[in-house]
Amino acid sequence: MGSLRKMSFDAVIVGGGGSGMRAALQLAQSGYKTAVITKVFPTRSHTVSAQGGITCAIASDDPNDQWQWHMYDTIKGSDYIGDQEAIEYMCQTGPEAIFELEHMGLPFSRTEEGRIYQRPFGGQSKDYGAGGQAARTCAAADRTGHALLHTLYQGNLKNKTVFLNEWFAVDIVKNADGAVVGVVAIDIETGETVFVESKATVFATGGAGRIYASTTNAHICTGDGVGMALRAGFPVQDIEMWQFHPTGIHGAGTLVTEGCRGEGGYLINKDGERFMERYAPNAKDLAGRDVVARSMVLEILEGRGCGPDGDHVYLKLDHLGEEMLNAKLPGILELSRTFAHADPVKEPIPVVPTCHYMMGGIPTNVDGQALTIDREGNDQVIEGFYACGEAACVSVHGANRLGGNSLLDLVVFGRASGIFIEKQLSEGITLKEATEEDIQRAMVGLNRINQSSDGENAAVLRAELQTIMQNYFGVFRRGDYMKTGIEKLDELRLRVENVYLDDKSNSFNTARLEALELQNLFETAYATAISAEGRTESRGAHAREDFQDRDDENWLCHSVYFPGSKEIGKRPVNFTLKTREPFEPKIRTY
Amino acid sequence: MLNVSIYRYNPEVDAEPYMQDFEFDAQGKDLMVLDVLEKLKIQDPSLVFRRSCREGVCGSDGVNISGKNGLACITPLSEAVKGNKLVIRPLPGLPVIRDLVIDMGQFYAQYEKIQPYIINNSPVPAIERLQSPEERAKLDGLYECILCACCSTACPSFWWNPEKFIGPSGLLQAYRFLADSRDTATEERLANLDDPFSVFRCHGIMNCVQVCPKGLNPTKAIGHIRNMLIRRAT
Amino acid sequence: MMAFFARFTFTGPSNWIIQRITAIVMAAYLFFIVGFLMTNPALTYDQWSALNSLLSMRIFTLVTIAAVAFHAWIGMRCVLSDYITVRLIGPKANGLRNVLQLGLGFIILLYLVWTIKILWGL
Repeated sequence: MGSLRKMSFDAVIVGGGGSGMRAALQLAQSGYKTAVITKVFPTRSHTVSAQGGITCAIASDDPNDQWQWHMYDTIKGSDYIGDQEAIEYMCQTGPEAIFELEHMGLPFSRTEEGRIYQRPFGGQSKDYGAGGQAARTCAAADRTGHALLHTLYQGNLKNKTVFLNEWFAVDIVKNADGAVVGVVAIDIETGETVFVESKATVFATGGAGRIYASTTNAHICTGDGVGMALRAGFPVQDIEMWQFHPTGIHGAGTLVTEGCRGEGGYLINKDGERFMERYAPNAKDLAGRDVVARSMVLEILEGRGCGPDGDHVYLKLDHLGEEMLNAKLPGILELSRTFAHADPVKEPIPVVPTCHYMMGGIPTNVDGQALTIDREGNDQVIEGFYACGEAACVSVHGANRLGGNSLLDLVVFGRASGIFIEKQLSEGITLKEATEEDIQRAMVGLNRINQSSDGENAAVLRAELQTIMQNYFGVFRRGDYMKTGIEKLDELRLRVENVYLDDKSNSFNTARLEALELQNLFETAYATAISAEGRTESRGAHAREDFQDRDDENWLCHSVYFPGSKEIGKRPVNFTLKTREPFEPKIRTY
Repeated sequence: MLNVSIYRYNPEVDAEPYMQDFEFDAQGKDLMVLDVLEKLKIQDPSLVFRRSCREGVCGSDGVNISGKNGLACITPLSEAVKGNKLVIRPLPGLPVIRDLVIDMGQFYAQYEKIQPYIINNSPVPAIERLQSPEERAKLDGLYECILCACCSTACPSFWWNPEKFIGPSGLLQAYRFLADSRDTATEERLANLDDPFSVFRCHGIMNCVQVCPKGLNPTKAIGHIRNMLIRRAT
Repeated sequence: MMAFFARFTFTGPSNWIIQRITAIVMAAYLFFIVGFLMTNPALTYDQWSALNSLLSMRIFTLVTIAAVAFHAWIGMRCVLSDYITVRLIGPKANGLRNVLQLGLGFIILLYLVWTIKILWGL
């Protein structure tokens, strides 16, 4: 194996979605040599599928709205394991970040006053929960993610960011000091493998919803960043926390925005009963996503599900009227007609809780610096390594993310990482050296796949992995089930490592990518399994039948999964706010 | 059994492209064309196509399905199959990299040419720039474009002059910025389009309208730009 | 004058306007001639000759032929630049297209001169 061609940048962002492009924009604007490595053309990233909006207290719907109320909602929503410092930063900086997007041209829907239109979303309140439902989610019809992603791509074009489109990052290059010095990446079109060296490597690689069989996530959401970080020996945090979105279209898995319920839609069971009134008397259908998803599963388990198999419930929208649906939810009408064969103007949409979002990820601080935890349990910054967006766990979502907060997370922390790296570069950080050996270490996995002579097909193994995760680590979890699941994963690991690539050609070889993605999916899934089994309580999205209560005494903390020992540790939650007293954990009701 | 005929070409192996036939059992289900491709890829992992969101919003999987450009993920077999036969080819008019994957460089170059971003050099307000719902409504039917290239690669004028004619997708986006009340570069934008090729090679064939998977109407947008250019010239 | 002419025939908007105006002229002439023939089913040489001796008719015919010339010039140039291109037939396309265009221009000019010759019997 000869040495690889080398490309060198001030900053390399892996991932061309919302957070990656926001970080890139920040750096490109200040003239640093910035490259975005993205395995799909940037506007094909999964941010494009976000529908309902971006939650932020811009005081349009309610001129008296306060970012502190949004902060309270987010902390409560996280079931108190979101880091309060990070949440404070996000909610306070949010309006500035939103207005920047608007100035860049994001086509937000508008109010009569000409301001950005805001709609109600789940878990939103005024006056720290005392003032009733708030409408705080800024929307561009029900295509906010699309509008946001395209606007960011356009902003990057304007600022001449270098895009390495259809390049796939294979693994992290780490030097002897444990610093990250870049990545090895494949140019998909030619198959060439290149060492992309950088003073700052930012992982904005998105989620990994494809570890489950039923997911709202795109095919490309394969946890590449988490997989790479774990293989490099870095830990991940709260990875057991997977959000199941209440309304994925039954069968297809495609997302139906929470905005439907924000605009007045509601869920019904087979008797036509609006069952959320029983589970969340105040917020009803706009309770936290974890609460709504669990209530739906309970309805189905208790025999009140809809359809011939009683395996879903209905989302009713027809009472809102055709005109309103066309104006506010045009994309949903399209999706439902295509994938559910149901016209929401006339009939309800069959929906079921579907894997949607990874709350956990690479632990970072507010500046996007990736962290590891030393033997004494102290945070240590990993030199040269940053993460933002869904791949990161900063952590603003804790155990349950509120709707509309993911887009805000992307923009605010993509921006924050960019600002921090900008500052570091201006202070003159030097490029760290990597030896030939360091680079070759990042080639091990790829070489193994390229040299495979027998074994199983990636697609078959992927399907098996997804089934295991779906069956043993779903909405409701149980210790003994999860132990069985882990055994099955242990058995699967050998087969995944031995995955067979039949087609060794170089030109646009997507089979090779799928084999590499499989390894990333597996690492993410395995970390999920170990962390889920280890957290012996129920909190947010993590609901255990054998530990039904929240256990603040032992588990008011982050879980941290260490790939070396395959064990989990704990990391304290940040309870420091700059602007006020921290919010103490309370029982969470809606 | 359904007969699926797919365009195959791997530059490292094949001297020239060929059509390969597969037998496919849809088990009576009205699958999407992308589902068929995914299942065939398990059978033959060397089959190559782009895909991402699988719900018609990312624009990755534009292909030519039984003669008509469309997104594989939202085209059901019931629409695509003719006489028990499904024919899948890459989008026409641009170079093929491998199988169903085309080189979209020329398409993106035209998009970049129209300066697809807001230009407004007036001081930035502390909050958002205000825009009335009526002004915002002018962007409907324009901003939703997903850059799948189904339209431009269905357009004969774009086939003949892909370097000089912006193409329906790029022009739809050009109008999206011309129509935005927040953009102040109307004159500059029109000046950049004022030549015999960029806009005026549209002959109103309307293939773009027929194939757009998002139901958008580039021909109408081109008409608006043309009228703006004519008003500017006279 | 040349600058005006260049601007007039070489920009997108003016080409588009010229094609429409010339099309209207050609259509009007066609309607007129067809109408004349239909209202005079037993047309004699004298009638036809009388019509074409009118100054207004001769001007109308001349304007129409000029419209045809412009229309053909712009339209054929468009067709040539669609089909006789480097991407379709290779590097010789530019030379070939220029030759064809020049030839076309010559023929159009010839027709124009010939028309004038016929109309005014020069």
